[in-house]
Amino acid sequence: MPAERTRALLSRGTGLFAASILLCGNGPSVLDPAGPVGQGDRTILLDATAVMLLIVVPTLAATVLFAWHYRASNEKALHLPRWSYSGRLELVVWSIPALVITFLGGMAWIGSHALDPAQPLSSKQKDLDVDVVALDWKWLFIYPAQGIASINRLVVPAGTPVHFHITSATVFNSFFIPRLGSQIYAMNGMVTQLYLEAAHPGTYHGLSAQFSGDGFADMGFEVDAVPAAAFRRWTDTAAHTSALSLDEKAYRALLVQSVVAKPYTYRDVAPHLFEAVAMQRLPPGNGPKTTTAIPDYSPH
Amino acid sequence: MRFLGRLTWQAIPFDQPIPLLSGAFVVLVLIGIVVWVIVRGYLPYLWREWITSVDHKRIGVMYCVLGLVMLLRGFIDAIMMRSQQAIAYHAPGYLPPEHYDQIFSAHGTVMIFFGAMPLIIGLMNFAVPLQLGVRDVAFPTFNSVSLWLTASGALLVNASLVIGEFARTGWLPFPPLSEFKYLPSVGVDYYCWALEISGVGTLLTGINFVTTILKIRTYGMSYGRMPMFCWTALASNLLIIAAFPVLTATLAMVLLDRYLGFHFFSNDAGGNPMMFNNLIWAWGHPEVYILVLPAFGVFSEVVSTFSGKPLFGYRSMVIATMAICIISFTVWLHHFFTMGAGGDVNGVFGIATMIIAVPTGAKIFNWLFTMYGGRIRFTTPMLWSVAFMLTFVIGGMTGVLLALPPADFVVHNSLFLVAHFHNVIVGGTIFGVFAGITYWFPKAFGFRLDENWGKAAFWTAFLGFWLTFLPLYIAGLLGMTRRLQHYDVAAWHPWMIVSAFGVVVLIISAGCQVWQIVVSIRERDRLRDRTGDPWGAHTLEWATPSPPPSFNYPILPDVEGEDPYWGMKRKALQEALAENVHYAPVEVPRNSPTGFVTGFFATTIGFAMIWQIWWLAALGLLGAYAVFVRFAWWEISEVEIEEDEVARIAQSERPALEESLQAALAAEQTA
Repeated sequence: MPAERTRALLSRGTGLFAASILLCGNGPSVLDPAGPVGQGDRTILLDATAVMLLIVVPTLAATVLFAWHYRASNEKALHLPRWSYSGRLELVVWSIPALVITFLGGMAWIGSHALDPAQPLSSKQKDLDVDVVALDWKWLFIYPAQGIASINRLVVPAGTPVHFHITSATVFNSFFIPRLGSQIYAMNGMVTQLYLEAAHPGTYHGLSAQFSGDGFADMGFEVDAVPAAAFRRWTDTAAHTSALSLDEKAYRALLVQSVVAKPYTYRDVAPHLFEAVAMQRLPPGNGPKTTTAIPDYSPH
Repeated sequence: MRFLGRLTWQAIPFDQPIPLLSGAFVVLVLIGIVVWVIVRGYLPYLWREWITSVDHKRIGVMYCVLGLVMLLRGFIDAIMMRSQQAIAYHAPGYLPPEHYDQIFSAHGTVMIFFGAMPLIIGLMNFAVPLQLGVRDVAFPTFNSVSLWLTASGALLVNASLVIGEFARTGWLPFPPLSEFKYLPSVGVDYYCWALEISGVGTLLTGINFVTTILKIRTYGMSYGRMPMFCWTALASNLLIIAAFPVLTATLAMVLLDRYLGFHFFSNDAGGNPMMFNNLIWAWGHPEVYILVLPAFGVFSEVVSTFSGKPLFGYRSMVIATMAICIISFTVWLHHFFTMGAGGDVNGVFGIATMIIAVPTGAKIFNWLFTMYGGRIRFTTPMLWSVAFMLTFVIGGMTGVLLALPPADFVVHNSLFLVAHFHNVIVGGTIFGVFAGITYWFPKAFGFRLDENWGKAAFWTAFLGFWLTFLPLYIAGLLGMTRRLQHYDVAAWHPWMIVSAFGVVVLIISAGCQVWQIVVSIRERDRLRDRTGDPWGAHTLEWATPSPPPSFNYPILPDVEGEDPYWGMKRKALQEALAENVHYAPVEVPRNSPTGFVTGFFATTIGFAMIWQIWWLAALGLLGAYAVFVRFAWWEISEVEIEEDEVARIAQSERPALEESLQAALAAEQTA
């Protein structure tokens, strides 16, 4: 079908445009996904763009063409000074956007369900559970099965779906790793769920995508997707050699507003710490009350 | 309790040179202007003819002046943001977070509430009663109150520059960040009180204009003959009435949380911060249509006028406008698909959002077919309009992308989103405002704006816009989120530099705009509009001289016929020029200081509440109440202009209108 071929061509065209953007640097581009969720998001983004370009490009062309052709100095152009209605044209004028939107609406409905952040990923591997707590202004990643935790560095096994439970111990943030796909809010007293997977080993950039105060710009974090064996080695090291254990006292220290310059890990995470935070048994951070400057809280 | 509440010398940022020096500069300029006005003896004139004026045309002009000044103020914030991000790669830049955070918050607040809103309301004020063929709005004194309450809010926001600080939350104060616990300083209070006060003003405007359009139209001006701009103004003001109380109530809840320890939006004690998202966007999404619909109206007038043709598909345009008006209330959740509401909720709101693209798309095509078969004159307003069509289509497309939940999941809150809403607000509302100002300027002042400088401003704005925001689209796709004071990702840096260059072009454009006004005033004799209809337009406002007399029309026009485009103005002119016109005395509303004094007390109350100076707040409230009572007992609210005076003014207008009529008849002949 020619329409399909056009669509494929356009899709490739936008893909090329996207690629040309990527050539300008290997940043955390959402058009260069490193996992199935990001792939799905990108497909929808590019397909919808391609479909819309099918009417956007002709509309832009017609605007320029009409504006130029019917300029006052062009005496030869058709002149219809009283023409202001055409039932057939009206039908076309309303149908074209309606048809496109019907198509995209279907895409929105299917996409919203298929790519819902709480939707588990199909995989032969068992999910890895990671609990995420947004703090002022750092991220706490708790590995409940491994009993360890990490600040501002997320290490995951490549090729394994990761099931995130996300909350906030302060104001609201958004947990986002652009190359892995969908983001979701981190909210105090609530838990959101997100499944992501890094298809290949690599280092990815993560960040908070919701402004959360003066230390917001420092809420970037590193995501290391490593082979399964390396992941086990990392969790073992963290469990045995971390200087600090994450008990309630250590957690309360984390609530103080601070920026962490260098990631570090905790051993012996107190059981049910995440639930206590999410259920507000451990109260949220106090904001700026305890300190005015932004101290560096990483252990040296 | 302290006499001045929380206000101490520490509120003045002596340690921060940027706000201190810029604040001092602005204060000096203001003092300079006031001294100049007093020394030259303009004060009585200003007081009599402008500050206390309840004439909708004067109020419209004052709204536009306020809007343009605030547009410049917000633009300075933008320059600082873009330059900060251009240099803040692996570096702290020149703006520390606590200052940078205020700047982006102030930028959005100033641009939306005190730049775009006053400009849009100013244009509606000026043009709607003229287009309806009537002498004023329904409640002229209310209108003045609206203006001065808006100005009061603007003053408070700008006062935060030198006294205390502004919100460090973003342009919407999302709790719990905006709760007292997380931001105890006065910034959020400045934000809330400024918007509570100006929000009341906006609501009054909404009531005023809906009443005017529904109840006060000239003879024969049925709904089906109303110019498109009036229809869009009606839709916009209906939205104001429905949406602004939501904003006022929501911010009142934030204030109750902050001042009295309520727990509407707190983390603890059963508060729900996310309910703020729902409420604020229940106002916020209609708000963007409040801003853009009147701009659509301007484009409809401009494209039709300069194509020398009636608007294509008038009825279809009306339906599209009213459809947008209603659907815009059903889409707010698309601002937070990422809250995790699930596939059903996200799907429904995604589809609802996209549906708005249908009437909007129909509008674009209708403007396109208005140009078809025309004789297009590329004046400055027309250039803005064509550029709008090209720009807005792209902005609409990225908007639909953001309405697709899975796509939104990766670009939500990113610079892609920032680029999108600038694409539609600048490309829609701001281009529309510039088109409208250039279009109606000769009607307001009796001379046109200089075309050369206008075109220079246009081309630099068009180029500068894309140079600034195309890189932001790209940076957003590269995973860059908004509001970053600094960053370490190399791939983002080049785009921030390109964007900063775009801002340089926009600075040139702003310079051209200012210079355009200066040149036009200087050379006003060359640019004089003698006929009252410099563009060969066809709505009623062009059937009265420029500037119109205070009562707009010596005799109210009578509209009839199926073809209001070619007939409306011509017939109004013929009636005005008929041999045996009988002039009746005209009642015009009497000037009133009510608005200005209300604004003064509102500012006092706002400032006192922000700094918790309770006695001053009580005094302000008492003053405002006294003004209300005084106004309620006002006995003479109108003055009568004698029959002879009306006849004399009408007589003096005759030659101009005669010339205009001949031109209209000639144009009709060739059509």
